[in-house]
Amino acid sequence: MRIGIDVGGTNTDAVLMDGARVVSSAKTPTTANVSEGIAKAMRKVIADSGIDSAAIDGVMIGTTHFTNAVVERKRLTPTACIRLGLPATVCLPPMVDWPQDLRDLVGGESHLAHGGHEFDGREISAYQPDEVRDIAVRIRDAGLDAIAISSVFSPVNASFEEQTAEIVREAIPDANITLSSEIGRIGLLERENAAIMNSCLRGLAARTVDGFKAALDELQIRAPFYISQNDGTLMNADFAKEYPVLTFASGPTNSMRGAAFLSGLRDAIVVDVGGTTTDIGVLQHGFPRPAALAVDIGGVRTNFRMPDTYSIGLGGGSLIQSEPLKVGPQSVGYELTSKALVFGGDVLTATDMIVAGGSEVIGDVGAVSGLDADLVAATQARIMEMIAIAVDRMKTSATPVPVIVVGGGSILVTGEIEGASEIIKPEHFPVANAIGAAIAQVGGECDRIFSLAEMNRDDALNQAKAEASERAVNAGAAPESIEIVDVEEVPLAYLPGNATRIMVKAIGDLAGAPPSVSSMNGGN
Amino acid sequence: MQSVTLNDTQAIAIGAGILGTGGGGSTYLNRLRLDNELRASGKSLPIIRADDVPDDALVCAVGGMGAPTVSNEKLQEGREIMRAVRAMEAHLRQPMHAIIIGEIGGGNALGPLVAALQLGLPAVDGDSMGRAFPELQMDTFMIYGVAPSPFALADTQGNIAIFPRIGSAKQAEDFARSLTIEMGGSAALVMPVMSGAELKRSIIRDTLSLAKRIGENVLDCRARSIEPAETIATLCKGRILFTGKITDVERRTVQGFARGQLKIAPFHKGKPPPVLTGGPRGVGSTQVLQIDFQNENLIARLGDDVLCAVPDLITIVSLDDGEAIGTESLRYGLRVAVLGMPAPKELKSPEALAVVGPRTFGYDIDFCPLPGDLL
Repeated sequence: MRIGIDVGGTNTDAVLMDGARVVSSAKTPTTANVSEGIAKAMRKVIADSGIDSAAIDGVMIGTTHFTNAVVERKRLTPTACIRLGLPATVCLPPMVDWPQDLRDLVGGESHLAHGGHEFDGREISAYQPDEVRDIAVRIRDAGLDAIAISSVFSPVNASFEEQTAEIVREAIPDANITLSSEIGRIGLLERENAAIMNSCLRGLAARTVDGFKAALDELQIRAPFYISQNDGTLMNADFAKEYPVLTFASGPTNSMRGAAFLSGLRDAIVVDVGGTTTDIGVLQHGFPRPAALAVDIGGVRTNFRMPDTYSIGLGGGSLIQSEPLKVGPQSVGYELTSKALVFGGDVLTATDMIVAGGSEVIGDVGAVSGLDADLVAATQARIMEMIAIAVDRMKTSATPVPVIVVGGGSILVTGEIEGASEIIKPEHFPVANAIGAAIAQVGGECDRIFSLAEMNRDDALNQAKAEASERAVNAGAAPESIEIVDVEEVPLAYLPGNATRIMVKAIGDLAGAPPSVSSMNGGN
Repeated sequence: MQSVTLNDTQAIAIGAGILGTGGGGSTYLNRLRLDNELRASGKSLPIIRADDVPDDALVCAVGGMGAPTVSNEKLQEGREIMRAVRAMEAHLRQPMHAIIIGEIGGGNALGPLVAALQLGLPAVDGDSMGRAFPELQMDTFMIYGVAPSPFALADTQGNIAIFPRIGSAKQAEDFARSLTIEMGGSAALVMPVMSGAELKRSIIRDTLSLAKRIGENVLDCRARSIEPAETIATLCKGRILFTGKITDVERRTVQGFARGQLKIAPFHKGKPPPVLTGGPRGVGSTQVLQIDFQNENLIARLGDDVLCAVPDLITIVSLDDGEAIGTESLRYGLRVAVLGMPAPKELKSPEALAVVGPRTFGYDIDFCPLPGDLL
């Protein structure tokens, strides 16, 4: 059995799953100390199910904790950046496009050195180990041990970043080093930004992951635990301490993966209704469709692949105005359970209107019995109209598609959605995100440059696929479940020997886990 | 417009993106550079009118050449254009009077302003394209008879090449592009060098102020939570050709240029898109809009009907915030408005259409202009 947990800004949700069956679920408020909320939620799902904690094989945690740390400017470690590429890149030094407050907090100490590569693999300038050694000493003398290293075109050739890490470790043996080539793709500032953010989050990551471990120990859960990544796969606890930045988009990803699992659908629109906003995303082959444009996190530009979601200001806590009729975008948010009429408050919310309409019984139904029936009907119609317009925006053809409705505010969906072939409100919809974490798979990647002069293309592709699969198995995947989900080939022009960069991603089920959504519906 | 200050750069960057017709590269990095340069100098950049340049003064157009993917990774050293201009002044033994923006569309609108600040020279309000184009001969200086030589190229390492003589603008394009590859895939370009009299005969005036005005209007729409597409179209004397979502992007690289085709399907729900006077064809249709692009957007069609063709401007903007979307960023699922805007009159003469008309780009159609002129 596995436990899936989603730590959101407002709620910490947990589910206990036996294979594909949800045994019990819980929603508890997120606590300032994240581990306490997690312990509470886990205790509840275990108590409700009556199982022995020894029966738990794995715990999967999705968390926005690291994203929030950047957004809230809290608990960040001062970090130095070394960039290799002189004389290029001087005009835009590291962290140049960070908001001033965040730059002040992270330190903004940056050093430029020689090295770097041209797009075709030539060196921009000769690498100078002594120059890097001097920089390492200066960083050490400044009392810093968190360091991000970037080099021009390091996704094509990472050797200078690797050499620099070795030299820095000579000066600062315990240095916390992130190489940009391990984090991102081509686009220097964005990749470097992600590497710096990763280093400045590592201290927090270590404490948080240790806190998770302590919470598990307290409940006598001996099973391994994993953290969800942006792409919906898992990383083990040690890896999460090294790469906290890879958790940034796991919230929406888990919610959409959970919707896919619960409905058994691989291609659909997912409508996730929360307390304040509704997020609409698109499932393609069981995974979220990625967004096209650069993604901003806490005011910093990165080039992560985030799910493409469209948000509207509609949720269970949305305020209702009658003349003229207006639903949201203001909301009572997490105070719904004290401020809404049905909960004894004095604010008219979308939830009150749904209860007044008679489709749900929540709280004190009498508190909304006096509402004007026409206004109730008009509000419900407006809510469905808002959702239908948002769904249409995300659809890419006029053909009706299935719509899966999840999230705590799903009661707002009371009728048909134009353009939807069917509306599916799966069981356990309020905790779809925790289920998405629980069913997550593990992955492995290969990203290498092959010389097609020495090897034919098929052999190179097969070798890359084998390497990615091997890494997935090493990460805990059951070998028979491995699928190659992504292959990208980028020829590097003007490099001797027909060099081609091949990127392959393999995904498999955790050994001993239930079959995944993709393999479950593999024949569709 | 008399100067560029820190308060103007965001608007200019947004407007230049919209005039970029999908090409010209991102304005993001050059705007950061311009902000840094303005902040460091503590001054504003003076802008002069083309007609205020003395006939016998020397001016030069400048810009960047190469692949945006490369310049987003190998950032510039920062003084490449400045060094090329200084080398040209030394070569001709005559100082420059002002700096000219070669291409107002995309990132190349802002690089020349950085160089002007570094050189302590004013920049002229205008450019030679009124949009973005892929090749050096596609500019009004070349079309209206300014000599392509001498021209200069400079790289990040400090290397500078000066071509005292070149046979034609097309040959300049070919030599410059080969050298750009050798220079690491991006280079600074000074071309052409001309007199004030030649400038006045061939420049498209006031395009920098237009970019700024477009950006200011977009920012105003954002502040008021209004979709900016209609405002931009009206300001540019154009129309909204289509609103919808991108359903298909197909691309390939042919001889160093990104070529592709894009399909946009209409929305089926919600408020119908705004209709301008005369009723733009295509809006509200159930048909799918197809755009052919080669670095820039070139032809927009609905079935067999050509709605807009180069040199008229076709720009795809994000529906919500009016940010221009470059052809490199086009992606399935984006929600967009397609704007059609008439080209400046300087691009529509017979001699101009021979260089920048649809046939130059391999489309066997006649240019049927949108009514009016951009400027």
